[in-house]
Amino acid sequence: MKARVEVHIQLKPGMLDPQGETLEHALTAIGYEGVRSMRVGKWITFEIEGDESDAVESQVEEMCDRLLANPIIERYEYHVMREES
Amino acid sequence: MTQVPIGIVRFPGTNCDQDVFDAVAAVERACPVWLWHKETDLQGAKGVVLAGGFSYGDYLRAGAIARFSPIMEEVVRFAVDGGPVLGICNGFQILTEAGLLPGALMRNDRLTFVCRPQSLKVETADTLFTRQYERGQVISFPVAHAEGNFAADPAMIDRLEDECRVVFRYVDDRGGKGLDANPNGSINDIAGVINERGNVLGLMPHPDRAMDRMLGSADGRGIFQGLVEAAA
Repeated sequence: MKARVEVHIQLKPGMLDPQGETLEHALTAIGYEGVRSMRVGKWITFEIEGDESDAVESQVEEMCDRLLANPIIERYEYHVMREES
Repeated sequence: MTQVPIGIVRFPGTNCDQDVFDAVAAVERACPVWLWHKETDLQGAKGVVLAGGFSYGDYLRAGAIARFSPIMEEVVRFAVDGGPVLGICNGFQILTEAGLLPGALMRNDRLTFVCRPQSLKVETADTLFTRQYERGQVISFPVAHAEGNFAADPAMIDRLEDECRVVFRYVDDRGGKGLDANPNGSINDIAGVINERGNVLGLMPHPDRAMDRMLGSADGRGIFQGLVEAAA
């Protein structure tokens, strides 16, 4: 099967996110009221080919744990979207 | 007199390698050896330094990609066998990513790249790398980083403190917790930590840039002396 993968990575809740805070201040400064809890993360997309969707899913999870995210400070979620070929 | 080979690892983007080379070469008997990241043996090195810089452009996270370089497999094996390993700045980041040291280095709390002379307190002289110093001594190494905010879960922080594994702490010039003493927001002002076994040290400040009084400080010499003595 062929699949398209999206991985979203963010700092864990409670971890200071100075980028998010700075953006929040900037938005307030240019007139947007009521913006709260802004967090900045990463959005990674790629294509992958594999035998079956379970195997692809566990492979993607392993990629996240080993390289794409640092589980000490970040949390991630991923979506594997099967593409017919 | 036998020479003591000390390996200095170079990744694409490492930029403090020559400073570290000179710092190691300044220690009696030490013989610095270059180790390119694609190499698969340490060429007989008895100690290893991961120098500062921006390995792999700091892509994804600082140190995240470098840790999978071929040479790192050997460095991990060497460290697990008890060999002395020193990681400075980006080298510290790589050591945490490789799991040789606990925690992670996050973006500085003030978001800016911080580059300045930094006072540090030596929290323990009872390590291979800090035997040249005294406990409580205030020394000065330059810092130069954007991701130096050391973080770990509370249980790990307690453990590091209980086991005296916080080797250096950021302080002000008088050794206190003055305003702005901490350049990056690291928890408990942690600047450097050592592993459980005591053979792997990582720190954000640069002892390699504190080798000559004429350039501001020669306080860094002790670390390299300690490393070479441990390796001999």
